[in-house]
Amino acid sequence: MFRYIVRRLLQMVLTFFGATFLVFALTFANQDDPIQALAGERPITENLRQTLMERYHLDEPFLVQYWYYMKGLLTGDFGTSLTGRKIIDMMETAWPITIKLGLMAIIIAATIAVTAGVISGIRRGSIFDNATLVVTLIILSLPIVVLAPLAQLVFGIQLKWFPPTATVNASLFDLLLPALVLGSLVIATELRVTRSAVAENLRSDYVRTARAKGLSRKRVIGVHVLRNSLIPVVTLIGVDIGGLMSGAIVTERIFNVPGVGFNLARGIGTEDGPLVVGFVSILVIIFLVVNLLVDLLYAALDPRIRYE
Amino acid sequence: MSDINAVTSAAGPSTQPQMEPKHAGRGKKDKPRSLAADAWADLRRNKIFWVSSILVLIILAMALFPTLFTSADPRDCVLSRQHAGASGSALFGYDFQGCDVYAKTIYGARNSIEVGVVATLLSGVIGLIFGLSTGYFGGWVDAVLSRFIDIILGVPFLLGAIVLAKRFAQDPESNGVLAVTVTLGILGWTTAARIMRSSVITAKNQDYVAAARMLGAGPGRLMLKHILPNSIAPFIVVLTILLGTNIASEATLSFLGVGLKGDAISWGISIAEAGANARTAPEPLVWPSVFLAVTVLAFIMLGDAVRDAFDPKLR
Amino acid sequence: MTDIKADIDVLRGIDPNAPLLEVNDLHVEFRTRDGIARAVNGANFNLAPGETLAILGESGCGKSVTAQAIMGILDSPPGYITQGEVKYRGVDLLKLPEKQRRSVRANHIAMIFQDALSALNPVFTVGFQLSELFRVHRGMSRADAKKRSIELLDQVKIPAARTRVSDYPHQFSGGMRQRVMIAMALALDPDVLIADEPTTALDVTVQAQIMGLLAELQQQRNMGLILITHDMGVVADVADRISVMYAGKVVEEAGVYDIYSRPAHPYAKALLESIPRLDMKGQQLNVIRGLPPALTAVPKGCAFNPRCAFAQDVCRQDPPPPQYIVAPGRTARCHFWRDVVGDE
Repeated sequence: MFRYIVRRLLQMVLTFFGATFLVFALTFANQDDPIQALAGERPITENLRQTLMERYHLDEPFLVQYWYYMKGLLTGDFGTSLTGRKIIDMMETAWPITIKLGLMAIIIAATIAVTAGVISGIRRGSIFDNATLVVTLIILSLPIVVLAPLAQLVFGIQLKWFPPTATVNASLFDLLLPALVLGSLVIATELRVTRSAVAENLRSDYVRTARAKGLSRKRVIGVHVLRNSLIPVVTLIGVDIGGLMSGAIVTERIFNVPGVGFNLARGIGTEDGPLVVGFVSILVIIFLVVNLLVDLLYAALDPRIRYE
Repeated sequence: MSDINAVTSAAGPSTQPQMEPKHAGRGKKDKPRSLAADAWADLRRNKIFWVSSILVLIILAMALFPTLFTSADPRDCVLSRQHAGASGSALFGYDFQGCDVYAKTIYGARNSIEVGVVATLLSGVIGLIFGLSTGYFGGWVDAVLSRFIDIILGVPFLLGAIVLAKRFAQDPESNGVLAVTVTLGILGWTTAARIMRSSVITAKNQDYVAAARMLGAGPGRLMLKHILPNSIAPFIVVLTILLGTNIASEATLSFLGVGLKGDAISWGISIAEAGANARTAPEPLVWPSVFLAVTVLAFIMLGDAVRDAFDPKLR
Repeated sequence: MTDIKADIDVLRGIDPNAPLLEVNDLHVEFRTRDGIARAVNGANFNLAPGETLAILGESGCGKSVTAQAIMGILDSPPGYITQGEVKYRGVDLLKLPEKQRRSVRANHIAMIFQDALSALNPVFTVGFQLSELFRVHRGMSRADAKKRSIELLDQVKIPAARTRVSDYPHQFSGGMRQRVMIAMALALDPDVLIADEPTTALDVTVQAQIMGLLAELQQQRNMGLILITHDMGVVADVADRISVMYAGKVVEEAGVYDIYSRPAHPYAKALLESIPRLDMKGQQLNVIRGLPPALTAVPKGCAFNPRCAFAQDVCRQDPPPPQYIVAPGRTARCHFWRDVVGDE
């Protein structure tokens, strides 16, 4: 267990430096005018040019610039947007609603995916199984830029089942439609992985042993098969977080949920380079930390990893 | 356990050693089939395969010859026609700027397909080179490139794409096609490379490769003549699915304003523009959405069908 | 805590004087995409308390399927029992409803499997997997069940049972894992134990230990043991009687000494001759030509005829009748058994 954690930590540190370096280098390196790139197409006042120059140490060599940027990341200084607000402050007001939205999406998706996936896996080839396969195929191929506006149009505007937009003080119900849209991003893969894991485990030798022990079908599936099948599903959560972050940018923009994704989308729209770099850096860090946690959870679920 | 496996898998191609053709009492049916022939026999019977193939062909026709589908000019926009309803000349009506929605939707296929195909080819080439070399050489090459893939996967896809697309789209004059294509191509190869790597590792350890090596085949010949043909199928499947997701990603980036821009016609831009007025005029939103979804669906379905045919385990 | 063996009551009609286990004319088939595979085509045998019956045959001959059919754990679909009886103390298990069938498993008939690593659930401790039996079948408390589990591990001679009970299967060596399997099978004191290739996956020295342990436990408990194997060496050491299976049929049944000295079926004879022997050193080993038939296409007539040195036209046309009585308690399924026996 200890060696596993240490190895994962080392890998994470490497990935962290690599990934942040990529983000940083792409923004600043080899630019004719990095300041113009940061500010987009807007005209730059001499004052702004001066601020940005100092802020990102653009007059220093590249590696020094990176050093300052890393120092900022590690001390919680993510910079200031072009509108003059500190990134970290914007984050602070934006993240609670995004976390709420994300958790709702994950819980809804996981509940439906695991339940339907287990049933599909047990009854492979049944009508239910074939129906879920078709439904997941359709969900898989609905890009979020299609799903979110259409869901808003149909369920928010035309049928009026849900409020079409959310506010800062959004209730759980206000967030339900965007959460469903966001959850649909991951539900199809989760369901399919659950299904094939259950189907595979059902054929395994230890299930035969469990049956030879005279256990009921309910116990064989509910205890032996389920516990083994959840392992690959849990590992998916790590990857899913990345997908959810991407999805949140579009979903929050469309439903006007004033969260992290909404701010980032607005930053892209207004060509606010420092805001985009700051937000992306924070999200990358969160993504890596979540993935580390998922790895640890994986070890907790699968004893073979724990004692390797 | 051995008995039951022997029995139940007698259907699959994995038991070829048992299928001695010389043996008495065998019907013609038991003749060993190659994996590809087996897969094709399976595909031919698969309705999803045919439906998706036909859809793909129609979409390709739309991209290559839009004039076959419409004679209207998508850039012929007259404000006085703003949100005018559907008519004989404009099947889907007009959008906010008075452009023909049907014509715009048909012409939108071209950019989507172009970006999707070129980005996928780019990813394919990178993935093929990386996958082959990591799988074949192993050792430190594998270790370094695997860590590199970890780093790329350490940035959530859309976030990376936003930063990258912004980086490439410095020229205010360009319509962003090249920037988006390169962005998606650079970010999309990791899965393909991993798949290629693992199938190369499997193929590398097969006896026929060892035999070829002992007969003096060099690494190049081994890779191209012996390993590649036997490990390419899952790779191509991944690329087919990647093509679908690339088209979706192009629309997403364009929707967010870091993809195609200027006067480029893109389903993503159309969706973004129509979203604000969807309450009064849903059609400009609905039609590009439907076309985008069907296109992505067609490619993913095609990839799915081919994979199922090549993966006998899940039959 | 409920009374030990409380659920025996569920099994009505048990006759203590009836034979322990009787298998009559058992047929099992698998319905696959490429046709119907007849895995077992009329298996017959019986088992007495304290007796060891070895079922011998090449892989694919239907011996494991027979065992699974007796246990009632065939994967269905694709496997179906189409005909026959499996009588435990006079009760036909195949006619029991699923709930009662379930109570027979582990309580009366238990089974151990070939590869203990894959047969044990990797994500639960062996303690959990042992305790489960006591908690489900006996309604014991967690603590009592754990205590019994430790006792069991002691009985199968696993050192430091008290600490090892909370280890996971992959932390045990191959031999120790098989001991855990044995403990699990014996937990509820069954009268019949089916061991499916219990030592195939193990080193030779460990094999001997495990077989010794099995024999010892069998004697203590006066269990009937069905030993499924393809290893003639293992059989010679421990079996009382042998059933040789080929293409889903029992082709010869005999006491262990009879079959080793004078086999009556060409297949049994060929099997024996294919064992390397020290006194035949330097001579060519007799191997059986060809491969066992695919169960979707069993040859007409006697299933063994394409590989048989004794085969004549009749063998290619008519299957031999169920049994030729070679001697009391000894049968063979061969038109020419006299030639085979006399050939020696």
